[in-house]
Amino acid sequence: MDFYIPPEYEVVRTADLCIGCRVCERQCANEVHKFDKDLGKMIADSSKCVNCHRCVSLCPTHALKIVKSDDTYKLNYNWSMQTMNEVYRQANSGGVLLSSMGNPTEAPIYFNKILVNASQVTNPPIDPLREPMETVVYLGKKDVDIQRDEKGRLIDNLPPQLKLTTPIMFSAMSYGSISYNAHESLARAAEELGIYYNTGEGGLHQDFYKYGKNTIVQVASGRFGVHEQYLKTAAAIEIKMGQGAKPGIGGHLPGMKISDDVSKTRMIPKGVDAISPAPHHDIYSIEDLRQLIFSLKEATAYKKPVIVKVAAVHNVAAIASGIARSGADIIAIDGYRGGTGAAPTRIRDNVGIPIELALAQVDERLRQEGIRDSVSIVVGGSIHSSSDVVKAIALGADACYIATAAVMALGCHLCRSCHIGKCNWGIATQRPDLVKRLNPDVGSKRLVNLVHAWTHEIQEMMGGMGINSIEALRGNRLMLRGVGLNETELKILGIHHAGESM
Amino acid sequence: MFTSDTVYNNGAPLEGETRIPSGCAVSAIIDRSGKRMTGEKIIRSIATMHDRSNGLGGGFAGYGIYPHYKDYYAFHLFFNDFSCKKETEDFLLGHFEIVYSSEMKTRKVKGITGEPLIYRYFLYPLSKRLANSLMDEEQYVVKCVNTINAKINGAYVFSSGKDMGIFKGVGFPEDIGRFYLLDEEYEGYMWTSHGRYPTNTPGWWGGAHPFGLLNYSIVHNGEISSYDANRRYIEMFGYKCSLQTDTEVITYIIDYLLRVKHLTLEEVAKVISASFWSTIEDKSEEDRAQETYLRKVFPSLLINGPFSIIFGFDNGLMALNDRLKLRSMVCAEKGDLAFVSSEECGIRVIEQDLDRIYAPAGGQPVIYTLNKNLGEGGVR
Repeated sequence: MDFYIPPEYEVVRTADLCIGCRVCERQCANEVHKFDKDLGKMIADSSKCVNCHRCVSLCPTHALKIVKSDDTYKLNYNWSMQTMNEVYRQANSGGVLLSSMGNPTEAPIYFNKILVNASQVTNPPIDPLREPMETVVYLGKKDVDIQRDEKGRLIDNLPPQLKLTTPIMFSAMSYGSISYNAHESLARAAEELGIYYNTGEGGLHQDFYKYGKNTIVQVASGRFGVHEQYLKTAAAIEIKMGQGAKPGIGGHLPGMKISDDVSKTRMIPKGVDAISPAPHHDIYSIEDLRQLIFSLKEATAYKKPVIVKVAAVHNVAAIASGIARSGADIIAIDGYRGGTGAAPTRIRDNVGIPIELALAQVDERLRQEGIRDSVSIVVGGSIHSSSDVVKAIALGADACYIATAAVMALGCHLCRSCHIGKCNWGIATQRPDLVKRLNPDVGSKRLVNLVHAWTHEIQEMMGGMGINSIEALRGNRLMLRGVGLNETELKILGIHHAGESM
Repeated sequence: MFTSDTVYNNGAPLEGETRIPSGCAVSAIIDRSGKRMTGEKIIRSIATMHDRSNGLGGGFAGYGIYPHYKDYYAFHLFFNDFSCKKETEDFLLGHFEIVYSSEMKTRKVKGITGEPLIYRYFLYPLSKRLANSLMDEEQYVVKCVNTINAKINGAYVFSSGKDMGIFKGVGFPEDIGRFYLLDEEYEGYMWTSHGRYPTNTPGWWGGAHPFGLLNYSIVHNGEISSYDANRRYIEMFGYKCSLQTDTEVITYIIDYLLRVKHLTLEEVAKVISASFWSTIEDKSEEDRAQETYLRKVFPSLLINGPFSIIFGFDNGLMALNDRLKLRSMVCAEKGDLAFVSSEECGIRVIEQDLDRIYAPAGGQPVIYTLNKNLGEGGVR
């Protein structure tokens, strides 16, 4: 017995405006729209609609809108309609609920409860339009002993560093979960911006080796697409131990997204679900991680920084301390709101902790132990805007990873249906007819625009604080104040409440 | 340690209990021939810039002022009362040989009120205690200073170097100078001075400047915007920024870079007041490599926001501005004399006829040292 589950959203067409051009029909991979010959007009099946807004965006007469359905079960605070529908679905299918993109629930967003300082009177704000305003960041180990040559000059004995022109990188999204054109857009934008994009765990398409200088390659538990050339081509190597959207489990790529090219790049069979193991089966403890880090360094002649990416979980500070002592150059921490191309809903919405709290604890712990210098910290997991970047850096991050915002620059409207593989925007799909909708010329330009815009805003906020170099903002928590936070939250974040003086 | 209380200062937070931004005047004179002079000139210099202070803090550091005790650590202490003095002296006796001690000689000056008890001790570490501590002598002395300042309520060591001394208090600097009789009682080859314009009432003598750490002293004008980034970084290496002042954290940064990391003064300047990347780009290959390296290794020790500092050490001083030069600072020379001042008037008032006067660019260190090194402990 399969109950009919009413659609959450309804497609509304203004008949007066519709000219019957049928663009909505052609654009919708979910087959919501069709022309009814008998009625002589366009009709829509709202039950198929994922609310991706592709049709709304492309309708030339703005005849379409998607509205939240007012159909409702008997109102129940305890059992929301969504919760009830999920029970119905599982009773029918017997399966695990799958979701995409980040946790959409109403849990606190700490960035929104943190306020930034500005200079007044005793210290001048600096005008970024008239003075240099430096956003360059070097990621990597800094804990070296000073050495000099026979002439007394300093010897550059720093381990490999990643130079970023601005403290933003594109976070891991695999080829497979997203399209060829999406990857090309990210790679080209990273190159133009002087930053890095991240291959995710799906290997690197042969065509994109030329962007190697701006590429971080990932080594995850499935080891998809990992080979010598892959490692050597990259600017840095990231070991993925965990992902904010699904801590404790491995990656999941539905078989229908595994096309010929994806299969070749990942070195796995076509059309079969690619499910990475939950752990790395060669890492059951911290000392094993050290071996993998040094295996990768050996394989690349110690020329590339190694990043270890973990999900933000309860014990993240101690875990980060262990990683910092294991030879990693950079730690990436992914908060519980981080995006994904497919994750079990229950895990996405219930496992892990907010990135703000995880970052504050990791940075503080590494300082308490005197090892903050031995590793850089990159954070991701719902960096919404330039002000989140500023706040993250002031809490202690060296740089931020963005992915959800990046795919939004490419057109994503957060319909959270990536796992279905029918992305109308050509991002989270492998269907050639859909992929070609994303033009890498346009996509890379929009990514460059976004990062430029954010960088300008970061510079404005830095200037306001009287700071003209991003390193003077890093860990500068006196520049932050909490508002509406309780004492425990303030203590964890290591900031004062708004209204408390310096 | 001093804590605020409602009787003493109406409960307003003291230095160390809150962060108090200040504007300031700074000034310094060095006779590079090593000839010693009284504090009269430096008092006149800082007095000219009276309007840059607001009567809530002034102080001086004199170098070469204790020739008869030059091998001993000269501790200058503030005490709230005799009970904490007794407690401190018991501590000192347990850790040092006290060679000589006395109440600091002062005179009554209109405008200087509410002074604490001020004492001076010449000390050297008890050799057994020092050996058992497994620290070198300087670390041992610093640890003892920190212990007194942190643990003994009402006591504060504000000067701890050899053959140098810091004199400071709440008031206008020229009054403080006369209060300590710097114009009569002391002669040194170098003097630095500070007049403070805090935006809050510290109400506490220990909060005035210079700030000292062994033979290092710093006078500073500015309010650094990188404070917490600098503080949280330097505290990884055993320093504790209990006063929450810029001067304190800058002193620790310089101490760390010079003494622990063995950088030169010029290199220290390139770390704390680093050239812009775009400027570095235009330098010679060798300079570019050196400066890039320093910025990459010590990003968290870049001091941002306005400052002009005069860093005093055995045998010399370094004057330095922030990278944008957001605070005024002028340098001048006349024969063996060299001057640094927030304003030109602070120099002209003591020497009209100068060989050279100039305003160093932001981030450009100005280093004046004695023509011949007078002894150990100097900075490379």
